[in-house]
Amino acid sequence: MKHLTSVNDFVIKFANVNGTGSASANNLFAKAVFNLGVPVSPRNIFPSNIQGLPTWYEVRVNENGFLGRRGGGVDVMVAMNPQSLADDIAAVLPGGYFLYDSTNPLPNSLRRDDINIIDIPFTDLCRQQFSNTKQRMLFKNVAYIGALAALLDIDFEVFTQLLNNQFKGKEHLITSNTTALELGYVYAKNSFECPVGIRVEKSDAVGNKILVDGNTASGLGCVYGGATVCGWYPITPSTSVIESYTRYSERMRIDPATGQKRFGIVQMEDELAAIGVVIGASWNGARAFTATSGPGISLMSEFLGLAYFAEIPLVLINVQRGGPSTGMPTRTQQSDLIACAYASHGDTKHVLTFPANPKECFEFSADAFDLAERLQTPIIIMSDLELGMNDWLCDPLEWDDAKEYDRGKVFTAEQLDNLKAGERFGRYNDLDGDGICNRTYPGTHPEKGAFFTRGTSRDRHALYTEEGDLYVDNMERLTLKHRTAAKIIPAPIIKINDKRNKMAVVYYGTTENIMPETLLKLEKQGLKFNSMRLRSYPFSDEVAEFIDSHETVYVIEQNRDAQMRMLLINELECHPKKLIKILHYDGMAIPVEAVVGGIINHLGADNTAKTGND
Amino acid sequence: MTCIPKSKFHHPQLPVNDLGLTYRDYEGSMSTLCAGCGHDSVGAAVVQACFELSLPAHRIAKLSGIGCSSKAPTYFLGKSHGFNSVHGRMPSVATGANLANRELIYLGMSGDGDSASIGLGQFAHVVRRQLNMSYIVANNGAYGLTKGQPSATADMGSVMKGGKEVTDEGIDLVSLALSMGATYVARSFSGDKDQLVPLIKGALSHQGFAFIDVMSPCVTFNNHQGSTKSYDYLRDHMESLISADFIPHKSEITVKTEPGVSRDIFMHDGSVMRLKATDESYDPTNRNSAQKAIQKHIDNGEVLTGLLYLQSGSSHLHENLNTVCEPLSELSQKDLCPGSEVLETLNNSFR
Repeated sequence: MKHLTSVNDFVIKFANVNGTGSASANNLFAKAVFNLGVPVSPRNIFPSNIQGLPTWYEVRVNENGFLGRRGGGVDVMVAMNPQSLADDIAAVLPGGYFLYDSTNPLPNSLRRDDINIIDIPFTDLCRQQFSNTKQRMLFKNVAYIGALAALLDIDFEVFTQLLNNQFKGKEHLITSNTTALELGYVYAKNSFECPVGIRVEKSDAVGNKILVDGNTASGLGCVYGGATVCGWYPITPSTSVIESYTRYSERMRIDPATGQKRFGIVQMEDELAAIGVVIGASWNGARAFTATSGPGISLMSEFLGLAYFAEIPLVLINVQRGGPSTGMPTRTQQSDLIACAYASHGDTKHVLTFPANPKECFEFSADAFDLAERLQTPIIIMSDLELGMNDWLCDPLEWDDAKEYDRGKVFTAEQLDNLKAGERFGRYNDLDGDGICNRTYPGTHPEKGAFFTRGTSRDRHALYTEEGDLYVDNMERLTLKHRTAAKIIPAPIIKINDKRNKMAVVYYGTTENIMPETLLKLEKQGLKFNSMRLRSYPFSDEVAEFIDSHETVYVIEQNRDAQMRMLLINELECHPKKLIKILHYDGMAIPVEAVVGGIINHLGADNTAKTGND
Repeated sequence: MTCIPKSKFHHPQLPVNDLGLTYRDYEGSMSTLCAGCGHDSVGAAVVQACFELSLPAHRIAKLSGIGCSSKAPTYFLGKSHGFNSVHGRMPSVATGANLANRELIYLGMSGDGDSASIGLGQFAHVVRRQLNMSYIVANNGAYGLTKGQPSATADMGSVMKGGKEVTDEGIDLVSLALSMGATYVARSFSGDKDQLVPLIKGALSHQGFAFIDVMSPCVTFNNHQGSTKSYDYLRDHMESLISADFIPHKSEITVKTEPGVSRDIFMHDGSVMRLKATDESYDPTNRNSAQKAIQKHIDNGEVLTGLLYLQSGSSHLHENLNTVCEPLSELSQKDLCPGSEVLETLNNSFR
């Protein structure tokens, strides 16, 4: 039989029952690999459920830093859930390793002779070692990590170090966890030839990188961006953005003299109220935000229209999940583009940004407050479950202490006093020709600058009007402002490997994770592409020029309807025929093979000549 | 059109308040509501209350939803910022505004459709959240702008203008506010300025959620025989067990109160609500007593008015959240941004 062999390049998957405490053990595994300096990308695959259903944790270990889903089967499976045993054993690649709890032996019907089956009776081992029922359940998880340390040759010291850090001051937890680790380690060492063909070796490929999930980084970005007000409503997968903002605010935003909070977080009764809070606070001069997911976007749409039309800054973090309707609440997609770009009735257009990694989650969140106040409009940050709820290896977060918040065009009492005789403050008067007008905060001046904020049409002085000319004047100005936005929002990342190349790929968000590997694989087959990662909407001139300068552009996205392609066609009027859809939307992150296969299929076996430089 | 400014010409000897302002300084633009609309009387009462309290108008934020009532803020306090938000959602906007700057005075103006129909949820939640604001509902039991449909406060058995009987149970906002924990609950009638003005002054001085349900007849769609929200019906069925006088904190309290009949309740700012009860068994500082009295009057087909419940010294959202005393909107970047050194420590925590 074949034995898969590799060093620092494999995919391992843990099959567990949710609610059994497997998450922290699995996390320990990923952290150990990371601490050995080997790039790692763990991924939670979990149900919308509290307890009892199958859950998986898939970890890709890759020395080259390829972090996207490889696709295909797995090299190592740790099968701890009898419910999913059949699927789990089927997922192992020929020559791969199948580690399972042999307290209940594997039925013969499921046995495969093309894989290496490793039987360890974890339940029995823990039953003998621990007296308490809860411990028996929890430490089964730690025991299989111990077994993996032996099987995959992972330095045991790394685990003890991690446990020491994690349970500092709780000696009994360190002892019991170490016992459980050793239990699995010793059993594996004594019963099997260790290591197996797959090994983890210390490396320096991680460098100074960090391992953090996107939602944690987003919440932290809101702290750094100066958000003081947050109205929110719980919804998967966005809730942990608020948890992060709360955690870091509690730590870093307490007035040392009084112990009082320099922030206000209110869990509202629904998403409508959540965004209502953000609008009220932003109108009144605070930096405010909320986070939600698809169903919340639908509910917030009316308010988004108000904020667009009344020109109120706001920051909204949308951690996208599988739609439509309740859809797949614990699976990932990029399927809210159209819903967000044009949210609400009437002619509305919003500003979107597309972070691709936790560092961008942090930066885009912090910068969104500047953009929102500069542009006086909603900024919607389009994250997704894949990015938000999984740990990612990324560059350390950075902050420039010299950077000052851009509070946008706000007239002060002094500026109002300095208005010349006969000059009148006009809330919707575009003095600079960029579509952005001056606002005043409530309470600024006893006599001047007050106005009525409304969702109805109004003139340049914020007075209600149904005059067609004045309405059109205002709408044209909003269009101009949208064009201004395109100049200051995150620019696309364009890579031109050859100016004469007429083939390109366009992608955004978490698709970034697979692209280095994907492009390399295509290159090995003689296919070279220029590439553009979109990072915001509305599209800048650069985006239009890139598309114009290529004949075939593959638009890679994680939704059924090719929503980014729709936006490109609609906004740039590019020819639909040159924009080829590459789609993946089964709820799991897009794998390398989906893009490689998609592009090759499109080109056709005998058509590859077309890809060369002409 | 609401854009028609009112003439600012006024008699040189109009009385001025402590800020040197006249009543006219508190007015807004010309009303576009129907002649005789109760809402204009509510607006006039707000103007008078703010004038008499010598409030700086620019420190008041007017918030409203959608409907005739929600247009009304345009017609008073022209020097205040106003926010005409979306239908039924003013409470959340007010919550955010208040969170941002606790120093302004928040005056919500809503209607029965806005607060009892589409906005019932947000209304209930803003009450239980104890937002520090005054919330006035100009209640006429009908939709005006869409021409006379019943709202959720229309009483069961009453007859709408087209002759259709209301078959759904009406919502009593006063009972709801009480059960949700409002700490200042009043009901009044737009036609009774003497009662309404002190109630608005008390609400504006109250710390916590102050609610006033103002019966404000719709002259065009709900002022006919068979309506329970018409001028005639309300005049015939109104009952006031408690009269309330507002005594600003600056005035010396000279009149001794008579025990059992009249009592003074000190407000947060030192002013006093002097309550005179005609029914000794009714204690307006007791929630149960207030709820019983309101229900008894509903059962008798009467509309109980006056300051129905007052709990002084209650806490509000900012206190519950333990936010800093200065407005969150005025905190500096130095106070808010932890900086690069802290971020380096955080980076290490992600390793």
